[in-house]
This record gives sequence, C-alpha cells and structure tokens, in this order.
Amino acid sequence: MTFNFLQVILVVIVAFLAGMEGILDEFQFHQPIVACTLIGLVTGHLAEGIILGGTLQLMAMGWANIGAAVAPDAALASVASAIILVKGGQGTSGVPTAIAVAIPLAVAGLFLTMVCRTLAVPIVHGMDAAAKNADFGKIELLQIAAIGMQGLRIAIPACALMFVSDQVVMDALNALPPLITDGMAIGGGMVVAVGYAMVINMMANKEVWPFLFIGFTVAAISDITLIGLGIIAVAMAFIYLNLEEKAGTGGGSGGGSGDPLGDILNDY
Amino acid sequence: MAEKITLSKSDRSAVCFRSTFLQGSWNYERMQNGGFVFAMIPAIKKLYPKKEDQVAALERHLEFFNTHPYVASPIIGVTLALEEERANGANVEDEAIQGVKVGMMGPLAGVGDPVFWFTVRPLLGAIAASFAMGGSILGPIMFFVVWNLIRYGFMFYTQEFGYQAGTAITKDLSGGLLGKITKGASILGMFVLGALIERWVSINFTPVVSTITNPDGSYIDWEALGQAGTSGNFGQMLHDAFSAYGSGLYMEPTRVTTLQDNLNGLVPGLVPLLLTFLCMHLLKKKVSPIAIIISLFIVGIVGHAIHLL
Repeated sequence: MTFNFLQVILVVIVAFLAGMEGILDEFQFHQPIVACTLIGLVTGHLAEGIILGGTLQLMAMGWANIGAAVAPDAALASVASAIILVKGGQGTSGVPTAIAVAIPLAVAGLFLTMVCRTLAVPIVHGMDAAAKNADFGKIELLQIAAIGMQGLRIAIPACALMFVSDQVVMDALNALPPLITDGMAIGGGMVVAVGYAMVINMMANKEVWPFLFIGFTVAAISDITLIGLGIIAVAMAFIYLNLEEKAGTGGGSGGGSGDPLGDILNDY
Repeated sequence: MAEKITLSKSDRSAVCFRSTFLQGSWNYERMQNGGFVFAMIPAIKKLYPKKEDQVAALERHLEFFNTHPYVASPIIGVTLALEEERANGANVEDEAIQGVKVGMMGPLAGVGDPVFWFTVRPLLGAIAASFAMGGSILGPIMFFVVWNLIRYGFMFYTQEFGYQAGTAITKDLSGGLLGKITKGASILGMFVLGALIERWVSINFTPVVSTITNPDGSYIDWEALGQAGTSGNFGQMLHDAFSAYGSGLYMEPTRVTTLQDNLNGLVPGLVPLLLTFLCMHLLKKKVSPIAIIISLFIVGIVGHAIHLL
C-alpha cells in the first residue's frame, strides 16, 4: 500500500518516540508490542501490528541495556518490520517474514545507537561550557537536542522505508522461496530461547535454580494460564522468603549454630 | 541566620519528572551525567541564589554517573537531601555528595537490572504478548499502562524515600528489604522462565517414527458417512461423525507417530529446555547473542530443507 500524507506524519512521530525511548527506556515506546501496535494503528492495519508486536516481544525479551552495553535495537527492529509488514500487504501471513527482517535491522540499529552515544560526547562537553556560566537554559536545550538525535535515529530510516516503492518491497519479499520463509518461521520458534538464556544467566544462582524446573514442569499442564502460573510463582516466593526468615531468627536465638542438639552438648 | 531553604514537594516532583530523561544524553564518556544535571536543575535553582554556587553545583553533577534509570530515583532523593543541607550552611563536602552517588549507583543497578529488565518486563511482556498474538488490543494497552504505573510509582516513591532518609539510606541498602525483594523477584522470574520455555520455545521434529494401520472398525468410515450426507440428511451425518469421534475412533485409517510425539511422551518441552541451556552456555562463552540468533535461523532453514524440522 502507499501512505497518505497524514499517515507519513504519524508514522514518523511514532518512529521518533520509539527512537527516544530506545535510549530513555522509560515509557517503553520502543518495545515491539507498543511500537508495532502504534504503527499498525496509524496505518490502519491494527490487527497485524498487534500480532507482529506480540511475536517480536517474545523474541526481544532479554534485550536490555545493561551498564555501558548496548542491546540489539528493539526500536528499529519493531518500527521497520511493522512498516514492511504494512507495505507488503500480505496481512498476518506476512508476519514471519517481517520478523525475519527484524533481526538484521536490530543489528543495524545497534550500530546507529553506538554512533549516537558517541556523538553525545561533544554534547555534554557543550554542557560543561554552559555550566561555567550557570546557563541553565543552554544545558536544558542540549539535553533535549540529544534526545531529539536519538529520535531521528529511527524516524529517518522509517521515513525512507515508506518511500521505497511498494514494488521493491513486494519483490524482495516474494523473492524469498517458501523453504526460506518456513525455515525462518521455524528458526523464530527457537530464537526465543536466546532471550530466556540471557535472562537466566543474569538471575540464576544455586538458591533459585529449582524454581526453574518446577515452573517448567507445571507449565506442561496446559489448563493453567500464564496468570495462574504467575500466582503460583508469587505464592512460592512468599513461602520461601518467610521460611528463610523463620530459619534465620530460629538459628539466631538458638545461639547461632542452628543445631539445637549441638547447643545442648556444648552447654555441658 | 537566614531562613532555612527547603525543597517543596512540587520542587521534588519537578526533579522526579525530569529524571524521566536521565538517559537522554547517554554518552561513552560520562554516561548519564547530562541527564543527572538536567534532573537537578530545578533544585539547584531553588537552593543556590548565587551564581558561583550554581556553577559549582552544575559542575558537581556533570561528573560521571551511571546506574539503572529507575533506581537512580532514590539516589537523586538522597542527593537532594544532601544539597539542601549544604545550601543551608552544613559542611557537606563535594566528596560526600559524589561518594554517595557513586557508592549507591553500583549496588542499586544490581537490583534494578534483574528486577526491571529481567523480571518485570519479560513477565509483563510475555503475558501481554500472549494476548497480542491472538490479535487482542488488550495486550499492548495492558503492557503500556501497567508498566508505566509501576515505573512512575516506583520512581516517585523511592525518590521521596531517598530524600527523607538522606544519608541513612546507604545503611538500609546493605540489609533487609531490598535484598528480599531481589530474591523474591528472582524466584518469581526463574519459575516463570521455566514455564515460558515449555510454552513458547517451539521445536517440532517432523520425522515419522512409525505408521501403524488401524484395524477395521477402529477408524471413522468417512466414505459411508459421506454417502449418508449426499442422501440429504446432513444433520444426521454430522451427528454420526461427532459421536463416532467422541467414542474414541481414529480419524484416519493409519496412525502416524513422529519423533516429536515420542519426545513429548518423555518430557514435554525437553528439547526447548536443552536448547535454552545450550544458549546459556554459549552466552557465557561470550558468543554474541546476534550470532546465536542468526545461527538458529540457519538451523531452522537447513533443518526444514532436510525434513528434520
């Protein structure tokens, strides 16, 4: 499909918000489930946008900016793949292909982010200079400019993507044989594991490992919804923490050894 | 002595709102310093009427700073309390303020990253995604609203907490509550991750292990049913078909068992679990996540081509 003037403006605004959030990480406009839905909404393809967003969200689960490390860029991946999905005009059957293109886009976005984070160095040097004159207005302006730069990081590619002719996007999508697209869809089912692996690596220690296996086993009972599983998990966390507290105070009053028989023997 | 200058609730709210933009000028040199000073500006304006004091305060807060963007709030709260003391003539050194900021940012990032990025967001995202994949707008709306309520509630409350507690907060962090929250969140996270691996990672081995011919009479005779249908009684035909299915007859004359069916009989989701462990191992060996993702796509395509997947 082609975009009318209003749609182009709205898509650029959504892309700008996603770009800002890619660095701020506050409102979460860059998360696929929000960004793809918004692109779908402003282009009149809401249903496809939501489904693409939900699917990408599961893949992007472990993508997080930790310390100075930069995660694969969810903002560019979601915005661009949603635009491609809408342009391709294949409806929900275009979702696996859109997801397949999202991955290289996430890598491209990562490099753009690193460029922006480097360009921000001279911006804060400008703040240093402004601070010497107690020029509050200039510091604020520079901060806003830096955020704007991050917004443009996504808005410009999004805009360019909209003006590539439909034919080019269609041809590129149709050029993929079904073997590749089906294979991509199968790969997509496995890629989710990478996100989980990143999260587990961050969180796992000897104490909490057993809970992963309990969750894994209980999940096989397909009658229990995710919300139900969440309730079980919260309940177990409370039980564990309470028991741990009891064990702690019991040991404390018993002289710290936590072994009542040993304490009695020591008293002799 | 002059009247004590204090930061009103509206000043603190202004700082809290501005801390939303903490990471806006994130840079490789001093990271979140621009955002920190941007957040502090309303307080600096209020506390220091003299220009040289303003310059000193701005420069003080343009020093290196980096933590998780939400747990920056309690740090900002403590910093506000310290700056307020200083503006009222207390002997608070630059080093004390800098020390509190740097001392708190490491441990607090250690809480914020696992709690927000690796527990709350994946959980909320997964629940919302399960709605969204069915095409429901509720998924995205729920994700956005719930996340931002949690986020802003956390930021405002902890900044106030930090402000009230002043320097005492550093002592509180070493013990009690935050440790418990972190551990509870890890338990919750691990449990749900285990469940998500079972539910959402999909690998389907298609090779056929066996094809068994069902004995006569144990499967539905569709041809006979079809003839009944063409004779005009569609309702009766459907009724017969469903009752035959309900009484446990097979749908087809042959029964196909794939490799996947056998694996599911063992432990459902075993292969996804093993795949997740493999990914964890590779990530620990510093293999880039992007490389793993691309390889999995290639495995998907090749596996499909040789009819394994």
